[in-house]
Amino acid sequence: MSTLTQKVQDVFNEPGCDHNQSKSAKERKKGCTKQLTPGAAAGGCAFDGAKIALQPITDVAHIVHGPIACEGNSWDNRHAASSGPTLYRTGFTTDINELDVIYGGEKRLFKAIREAIEKYDPPAVFVYQTCVTAMIGDDIEAVCRAAREKFGKPVIPVNAPGFVGAKNLGNKLAGEALLEHVIGTEEPDYVTPYDINIIGEYNLVGELWQVRPLLDKLGIRILSCISGDAKYREVAYSHRAKAAMMVCSKAMINVARKMEERYDIPFFEGSFYGVSDTSESLRNIAKLLVERGADAGLIERTEALIAEEEARVWQQLAPFKPRFEGKRVLLMTGGVKSWSVVAALQEAGLEIAGTSVKKSTKEDKDRIKEIMGTDAHMFEEMPPREMYKILRDAKADIMLSGGRSQFVALKAKTPWLDINQERHYAYAGYVGIIELVREIDKALFNPVWEQVRRPAPWEKEV
Amino acid sequence: MAKIIHGKKACAVNPLKMSQPLGASAAFLGIDGCMPVMHGSQGCTSFGLVLLVRHFRETIPLQTTAMTEVATVLGGLENLEAAILNIHKRASPRIIGICSTGVTETKGDDVDGFLKNFRAKHPELDGLALVYVSTPDFSGAFQDGWAKCVSAMIRTLTRPAAERVEKRINVLAGAHLTVADIEEIRETIEAFGLEAVMLPDLSGSLDGHIPETFLPHTLGGTPVEAIENLGSAAFTIAIGAQMAESAALLGTKTGVPYTVFDRLTGLDASDRFMTCLSELSGRPVPDKYRRQRSQLCDAMLDGHFFFGNKRTVIGAEPDLLWALGNFLTEMGCQLVGAVTTTDSAQLAELPCDEVLIGDLEDLETLARERHAELMVTHSHGRQAAERLGIAFHRAGLPLFDRIGAAHKLSVGYRGTRDLVFEVGNLLISHMPHHHPDDWVNPEAGHVHHAS
Repeated sequence: MSTLTQKVQDVFNEPGCDHNQSKSAKERKKGCTKQLTPGAAAGGCAFDGAKIALQPITDVAHIVHGPIACEGNSWDNRHAASSGPTLYRTGFTTDINELDVIYGGEKRLFKAIREAIEKYDPPAVFVYQTCVTAMIGDDIEAVCRAAREKFGKPVIPVNAPGFVGAKNLGNKLAGEALLEHVIGTEEPDYVTPYDINIIGEYNLVGELWQVRPLLDKLGIRILSCISGDAKYREVAYSHRAKAAMMVCSKAMINVARKMEERYDIPFFEGSFYGVSDTSESLRNIAKLLVERGADAGLIERTEALIAEEEARVWQQLAPFKPRFEGKRVLLMTGGVKSWSVVAALQEAGLEIAGTSVKKSTKEDKDRIKEIMGTDAHMFEEMPPREMYKILRDAKADIMLSGGRSQFVALKAKTPWLDINQERHYAYAGYVGIIELVREIDKALFNPVWEQVRRPAPWEKEV
Repeated sequence: MAKIIHGKKACAVNPLKMSQPLGASAAFLGIDGCMPVMHGSQGCTSFGLVLLVRHFRETIPLQTTAMTEVATVLGGLENLEAAILNIHKRASPRIIGICSTGVTETKGDDVDGFLKNFRAKHPELDGLALVYVSTPDFSGAFQDGWAKCVSAMIRTLTRPAAERVEKRINVLAGAHLTVADIEEIRETIEAFGLEAVMLPDLSGSLDGHIPETFLPHTLGGTPVEAIENLGSAAFTIAIGAQMAESAALLGTKTGVPYTVFDRLTGLDASDRFMTCLSELSGRPVPDKYRRQRSQLCDAMLDGHFFFGNKRTVIGAEPDLLWALGNFLTEMGCQLVGAVTTTDSAQLAELPCDEVLIGDLEDLETLARERHAELMVTHSHGRQAAERLGIAFHRAGLPLFDRIGAAHKLSVGYRGTRDLVFEVGNLLISHMPHHHPDDWVNPEAGHVHHAS
């Protein structure tokens, strides 16, 4: 556990995170995970975060070493899409029993790795530590090392048991596992001056594929996406990229920064949600690549593509604007991508009735303030009861949030749209914003609202 | 008739099983004004919550003691105390249901002892019911957690009753029953002029109604007072073998006699239920049910063509496997593979050769090797059924890729009739289309088509 504690400290002490840099040394040591309140906490654990970050690697076996809860209650619940392999959708777990708790689960884990390799022959195996197996002292790093020697395949320990912290910490510990065991261990067949990495993009519902055609048109190659639709080898040779884009705010900043440090890969933080952010990200990619030796014409070609795409998207958005006039959105994203989505919604002509900034950094908040022109509608935390009241009192016309709060909106008979990881629609890039706007339109103007809001015949109207 | 086999694999692949604390939490969700809390790390609750939300499509009240590494090592009772006080302050529920997890069981937190001290320390919370159930993740399954939870509620809350209410019947409902099943059972009992007290009662809390206001705890379900008063009933009906222990416990504690119905799906099973209610009430079976029985017989006649000899595999928790395995066999299906999650003595009587305690990889392998034509399991089986190209009937929990999971009815004459239609129609849509070469080589024997 001492190495894990060290790693957690290391991850907390992230120089690339300005949030962290504004703290005193003592505060920094405490880490960035807020102290959880027993009986009033929500959200996933570190293991959850690690799994979110790595499961999108499609061709490997992801084995969860722990009791049934960790995988049995959670597998097969996300929509990270794959362009080929499907092994990542198979749930593997050691499902440890009482005897394992007493005698230790290392032997079972070793056998489990053997079974997965013999049956499914993946290019690599990822092994996830959980609370119980950490407590009983199972040394997954040693087991993975032994298995690697025995079976001649990479077996990667992901040491992020749930109780070390929240989801975000798990994302980062997953990143550490890649940095330590995967990145830099293989070489690509060839490299070009146009090779980039996209870090922190999980290809939910195939969103990466909404962006890829744009890059294709510019001749830019995604050498490696960490980790959406990634194959093991692609992550292993990602150190040969010329530049990187970090998506999803700070989830994998340690990967982006350490790759810059170790392999000299410059990165920027960007987003593919909304028209202006998509354009801005394309510009940044082109700029970084040119700085690293790509031909200067790339910048011009990028501007031409942006102009063409933007013209089309504004034209497609135009018909929605009168329909959306005066419509107010309550945005509960958990804050990670809130500025990006706020901008996208305003581009579509919607008003923001409020947005959560619970997980946003100071920088994120400044951006939201800049976009909205005020900070009046930002709130740190909103209990479901209050959310319900806002919707019930018709202070917002639609709520955009994750699945957990879905029913707060629906029970208030208010349109709702899923913008979290369980969503079924893809909203990235120029095509994505159109999709998002269509979905909002579909939700707002569905005829059911009128009927379900009408009182029953035996209820007097008040 | 069936041999129970414990899988030998070190690695479960595509789990069928879910954890005990999740089953216990689900049972607590059938209690009115309840906030279940998992005593574990926040992920334990978060995963369970997401799963239940996906199944019921409802807000699920479920809290966590948010154990950190340090708290776990030092012992989590402080967190538990803080959680109870916080939940009381923020949600003011009538009852808090505490489920332990793998983390806190490995440490060995003495929650029973803690609760005694807590009660002494906080007399102001005497009105708040607290029920603790020990449910380590590393043993048992969802159904075991559910059953333990029901027993824990009886043990903690039920008091010996001063008097009996002649017409009152307790119903201990197993984890395999849906909201619609519970509604049907209650209505049937009431049709005999009896009063039914359901425990747990998901039909009150998770039936998908639209409440007038938003509350952070369950809204509807078995009232705590009704659990305290279970001893006042004339009789207890337990549904599912998993409920036998709870019924016996209740009997010992209060003297209420009981019977266990192994299932309520199927003609024969429904007949036994009707006979029992008729005897308890002293009334003849109402005309409505006589008519429904006749409809079920007709449905079985219309349907048997499609069920006959259908090679079927089922992956389900023991009591659901028992109910569906027997029903499908009674319709003419051949049970060629049965996979379950945890031990249950009655499965030895299941009409098949073996019952495997295993996972969905096992179910898929059995289906492939034995040329199954019908697969029955929860939504996680969809990938396997797609790969095999066979008919797939969703049953159990979670059902996350269909709407209306709570309202799937499969008990009683009417429920069985609807189930005959649902599965029958599925089998019709998978009937093979023949091709010119199908009979060219008679030596090859039976032709299997994946349509």
